[in-house]
Amino acid sequence: MKTADLLKVGEKGIIQKFLDETLSVKLLEMGFLPGSEVKLIRTAPFGCPLYLKVGKNFLALRRKEAVNVILK
Amino acid sequence: MKEVLSRQGLVKVALIGNPNSGKTSVFNRLTGLNQKVGNFPGVTVDKKTGSFNLDNNTQAKLIDLPGAYSLYPTSIDERIVLDILTNKEDPLYPDVIVYVADATNLERHLLLLSQVQDLGIPVILALNMADLASKGGYKIDSAAITKKLGISVVETNGRSGGGVSEIKKEILNKFNHKVIPSGGFKFDNGSTKVLGEIKGKLKVENDYQAILYAHHYQNLGHLNSDEKAVIEDIIAKNNFSRIKAQVDETMARFDKIVPLVEKVVVNNSNAETSFTEKLDKILTHKVFGSIIFISILMVVFQAIFAWSSYPMDLIDEAFASLTELTKSLLPEGVITSLITDGIIAGLGGVLIFIPQITILFLLVALLEEVGYMSRAVFLSDSIMRKFGLNGRSIVSLISGVACAVPAIMATRSIGDWRERLITIMVTPLMSCSARIPVFTVLVGFAVPQEYYFGIFNLQGLVVMGLYIAGATAAILSAYVMKQILKTREISYLVMELPTYKMPHWKNVGITVFEKVKTFVFEAGKIILIISIFLWFLASYGPSDRMEQVEKQVATEATTNNWDETKIEDEIASRKIEVSYAGYLGKAIEPIIEPLGFDWKMGIALITSFAAREVFVGTMATIYSVGSSGDDEQSVVQRMATEVNPETGELVYDQATSFSLLVFYLFAMQCMSTLAIVKRETKSWKWPTIQLVYMTGLAYISSLVVFNIFS
Repeated sequence: MKTADLLKVGEKGIIQKFLDETLSVKLLEMGFLPGSEVKLIRTAPFGCPLYLKVGKNFLALRRKEAVNVILK
Repeated sequence: MKEVLSRQGLVKVALIGNPNSGKTSVFNRLTGLNQKVGNFPGVTVDKKTGSFNLDNNTQAKLIDLPGAYSLYPTSIDERIVLDILTNKEDPLYPDVIVYVADATNLERHLLLLSQVQDLGIPVILALNMADLASKGGYKIDSAAITKKLGISVVETNGRSGGGVSEIKKEILNKFNHKVIPSGGFKFDNGSTKVLGEIKGKLKVENDYQAILYAHHYQNLGHLNSDEKAVIEDIIAKNNFSRIKAQVDETMARFDKIVPLVEKVVVNNSNAETSFTEKLDKILTHKVFGSIIFISILMVVFQAIFAWSSYPMDLIDEAFASLTELTKSLLPEGVITSLITDGIIAGLGGVLIFIPQITILFLLVALLEEVGYMSRAVFLSDSIMRKFGLNGRSIVSLISGVACAVPAIMATRSIGDWRERLITIMVTPLMSCSARIPVFTVLVGFAVPQEYYFGIFNLQGLVVMGLYIAGATAAILSAYVMKQILKTREISYLVMELPTYKMPHWKNVGITVFEKVKTFVFEAGKIILIISIFLWFLASYGPSDRMEQVEKQVATEATTNNWDETKIEDEIASRKIEVSYAGYLGKAIEPIIEPLGFDWKMGIALITSFAAREVFVGTMATIYSVGSSGDDEQSVVQRMATEVNPETGELVYDQATSFSLLVFYLFAMQCMSTLAIVKRETKSWKWPTIQLVYMTGLAYISSLVVFNIFS
């Protein structure tokens, strides 16, 4: 099972579903839709948070939150 | 007939939309400067209201609701929107909603719109096209949106002001015809049953409102405990799983939105890497991004520290001349003294902050407008989070080195209440510019003027050490507070990194204007009152000894042949000794003695409450060197020779001077800061805690320092 925090810089993945239900709604609202492409653009100093491109949007996510995004 | 009646009066209009939707620009375009900033009851979230005319008979009262992503709140801002929209009795409950969506980001922005539409309030969609121009080949078919969503669409441009008159026309139209959108959402069987029962038991007519009650009843302020109990029963009886229902609802909404957006948006742009992506390669780069971030902080610091000093000096001089003028025009007496030393001094103490507030908010609003602020949060999140702070806290902490007042006002943009509160509580520990005069006077007594390796000045190193100590104390206090202040809420980041935009100068201007206005009228009141109180303490005494002072000095003057200045200084010096402030100074002497302070320093500690730099002026008065030339130089000379009458040793020895330095570094001695903390936290609780913890920290640190050096 691959999760978004395991992406390497420049790597892409397709969102399948979410682990944590409470967080999942927040993620959905922000555009993390199952089936969307997610790409890790870069990480901040000290490796967290992550700079992600989800669909057309740019979002920052902490590693402990990205763990909940399961990729296909 | 009905038509005629409803045309009279007031339409309540609410602006709703996601953060970064261009809502503020639309608000500013609709209301101009005809707006008021307040707080939502119980919380410190800006409540912006304004009004404008729709036609000769009808006026619109507009409220700018905080930015929200959905009606399932994860922040205070979103909770306010939910609270108002689910309560028909709320004075802010709108007749018409203007929903602002960014045309370049429709998918996400349509989620909240579809929820709002289900609430049965007339809605107009204001499609913000301002940033569309920058995207070549990007087109939107508004007519198709109207058809698919059954909603009036107005294309607006916050930048040019386009679409404003159309919005007004539509508001009037919606208000006159009461077009209630039909809630199109199909709930599953479980939810339908729950909402049906809630509608049966409570006074709720709308399906979606009922289901929102089922989700949020615990946090809705307008439901009473009986109603909450009823809803709780219904939920338990039906085994209603709130999280699952919420996920299902959101997914179902997106299932409709995504194909809709695909149809109405024509995107012919091939640009794979946008301008924002290119810029972020540098601005959020681990090394370059961090360097740029630190440089920006340095510019902010430099701006409020150095640039504001010219207008501040002007204000200072203007008030000094105003005081002189008033003294020369009015007859000598209590009233004149109250006006000059109480009221004018107090007003000057308020207005002196305007340059710093203006400059800081000019820069902060600019960084916010162009979209840089979220990059600052991105870069610093991992460090700041460890100390219970937020990336935006850095801006406040750095600004605090110039002045805590604008720095604390700048914490408003920190979304998380706990992070914001901690930032407010620790910012005054950063060594502000008002401490500099105190440092310059005292550091000379604490350490000799020596050079190491020819370049390192020992006094300079000590002052630098004080700044570092202040910053360290701020960070450590934040860490301690993080452990104490626990919240139920889990801290999310999940933050949008909006595309970079040219700033709207009008928005920046209005923000600065509002901040200055708020400070002058709200914190200003408190500062003025405390200033008058301090004047009273220093000008009056418990007995008639104040009057005797003048006679005493007059007789001594003739025997000792004193000149005018000497007489004035002697009177001032002896008067402050027998004033309430003098008595207070003596009263606290036993408490401050372990720190190496005498009652004269006690008086200075009390008067410094007006502002720390008052220390120098008070010392000048006490040592009766007040009016002779350059305050600072003469005070330093006088203090350097001050000898303890009992021990015969110098009063300002190394131990006492260091102790005083540390005390001024940590103690909360600034009424203006306390006034602004009161205003920003909406209670006296936090400024009181701040006063106690900072002064406690100062006391203990000074005690330690004094004992090490003596």
